[in-house]
Amino acid sequence: MDLFNNLALGFGVAFTLQNLMYAFVGCLLGTLIGVLPGIGPLATIAMLLPATYALPPVAALIMLAGIYYGAQYGGSTTAILVNLPGESSSVVTVIDGYQMARQGRAGPALAAAGLGSFFAGCVGTLILAAFAAPLTELAFKFGPAEYFSLMILGLIGAVVLASGSLLKAVAMIVLGLLMGMVGTDVNSGVARFSFDVAELTDGIGFIVIAMGVFGYGEIISNLSKHESEREVFTASVSGLLPTKEDFKNMIPAVLRGTALGSILGILPGGGAVMAAFAAYTLEKKTKLRPGEMPFGKGNIRGVAAPEAANNAGAQTSFIPLLTLGIPPNAVMALMVGAMTIHNIQPGPQVMTSNPELFWGLIASMWIGNLMLVILNLPLIGIWIKLLSVPYRWLFPSIVLFCAIGVYSTNNTTFDIWMVGIFGFIGYIFIKLGAEPAPLLLGFILGPMMEEYLRRALLLSRGDWSVFVTRPLSASLLAAAAILLAVVLMPSVKAKREEAFVED
Amino acid sequence: MNIKSQKDFFSGLMFMVVGVAFAWGASGYTIGNGARMGPGYFPLVLGVLLAVLGAVITFKSMVVETVDGDKVGAFAWKPLIFIIAANLVFGASLGGLPSIGLPPLGLIVGIFALTFIASNAGEEFNFKEVTILACILAVMSYAAFILLLKLQFPVWPAFIKA
Repeated sequence: MDLFNNLALGFGVAFTLQNLMYAFVGCLLGTLIGVLPGIGPLATIAMLLPATYALPPVAALIMLAGIYYGAQYGGSTTAILVNLPGESSSVVTVIDGYQMARQGRAGPALAAAGLGSFFAGCVGTLILAAFAAPLTELAFKFGPAEYFSLMILGLIGAVVLASGSLLKAVAMIVLGLLMGMVGTDVNSGVARFSFDVAELTDGIGFIVIAMGVFGYGEIISNLSKHESEREVFTASVSGLLPTKEDFKNMIPAVLRGTALGSILGILPGGGAVMAAFAAYTLEKKTKLRPGEMPFGKGNIRGVAAPEAANNAGAQTSFIPLLTLGIPPNAVMALMVGAMTIHNIQPGPQVMTSNPELFWGLIASMWIGNLMLVILNLPLIGIWIKLLSVPYRWLFPSIVLFCAIGVYSTNNTTFDIWMVGIFGFIGYIFIKLGAEPAPLLLGFILGPMMEEYLRRALLLSRGDWSVFVTRPLSASLLAAAAILLAVVLMPSVKAKREEAFVED
Repeated sequence: MNIKSQKDFFSGLMFMVVGVAFAWGASGYTIGNGARMGPGYFPLVLGVLLAVLGAVITFKSMVVETVDGDKVGAFAWKPLIFIIAANLVFGASLGGLPSIGLPPLGLIVGIFALTFIASNAGEEFNFKEVTILACILAVMSYAAFILLLKLQFPVWPAFIKA
């Protein structure tokens, strides 16, 4: 059994005292920061990324995985307790979770989210381990044309998930791709769009964009609202564990959510958000048991299912990253950045060239999940206290952590000037209702897309039909077209807008 | 012709301007052809694409009705300026500004400057509270980033160390 041998190898790597500690610290930090209102996993990872620079690669990735799960769970905690989705994937958790909290059932809601996530995480890890190898084989069959088509599919997927206008999301992706063009062209050595600034010949740092647009842009927009609009409501949490009745309702919901999340997570661009929405929709379609709360009024299934789906999706979204080297969403794009910093080029070769790293990471994801449950269930009371920190103390701290994070990436003040510019740009994006997440994805994929397009067309002697005559490439493009068509269908379009209305 | 969605109108304009700028910039590099793409090829295609998307968005914003006109609303200049300024001053403290002869003042000075400037962005500014916050942040950052993570920062002003 290869699967078990591999997992054993992975656990052998991950179960050192040192790595367990990093997983724990990562989880703790991730939860600590992710639980702050308005800071999602993306900003959390961007902020904590520099903390992992000094570590050996395996430890760094393990810690990052811990941060990721911590941040995601932290986001759900804020969603349930104070009606603030810290990230887009916990938008649905808010609906029933906050209602439960208002009825004094925050404990069961938090427990349902935690336990559901843990179960989904376990299943997700197994799926990841089982499918990673065959998918890697497939990845070796990929030529430049296939990679290019896959990236198109990924970008279309990201557009589908962005809230608001589809057209604007596409435009943001293109803008991101263009920003990725800044810097030295690898083929000709020409410094493009660098305006003779020496620092720009290396391109714009992705941390700079992530921090500026997500961190500062978000803070400025928060501060522009009056205090009453962002008032934080602290509910008293009484009774931690769900009742027997709750468990009865919750278990099938968790199973359904896990299944949905695992499938949707694998699709490039799918990821956690779509999984959560789909799972909630599915639960709403199933019949209510006698005596059960209706949805939207505090039904525990409305918390458990999306949270499970969200976590399963988060887990399986590592598959395209680790096997194909293609980030399916903005968070994974940050992970690519982190890997590159540690001299690991994500892609099919990681599994063969670095099996300890690959399987160690998979095992550590499971450990990260376990840490979450251990850490969070008993500590819920503390997270609530953290939420009562006034925003006027919070935001200078966030600004500081962003600035330190940016500076420490390259130890240059140039990045700090850049992040100031991007903070301004990010605020404009928010004012114009243009979502920045697709931009970051485009930015990461830009240089890769250009390179694959160049190679594909070089091999075909300039013949564009290569993208549709190669079966793998053609089916990827077809999938992208179908995805786009489905979203543009009037009925789905209305639903999608309804689902994102909370944003 | 009146604007039905202000947000879309202006974002469309922004995309058009940026797209044209990139395409114009790209045309200064070798374009090449499909089989031999020059450095200008991909940016030119993307720039044109972005400009077209921007045009469509702008067009739609003048045709498709919205409920409330999608107003952009007033800019929050106060937080915008103070947050960005705090960030820039922090950078200047760490690196110094040779052009005006400012020596690097180091992390601790930077933290105090950043906290005081950034706090002005909020609705209330309480001197005592901000001072305490700055002290806490300075101690925490020193412990976490310098002692624990051993990041390479100038901690104290350059002239004290020298």
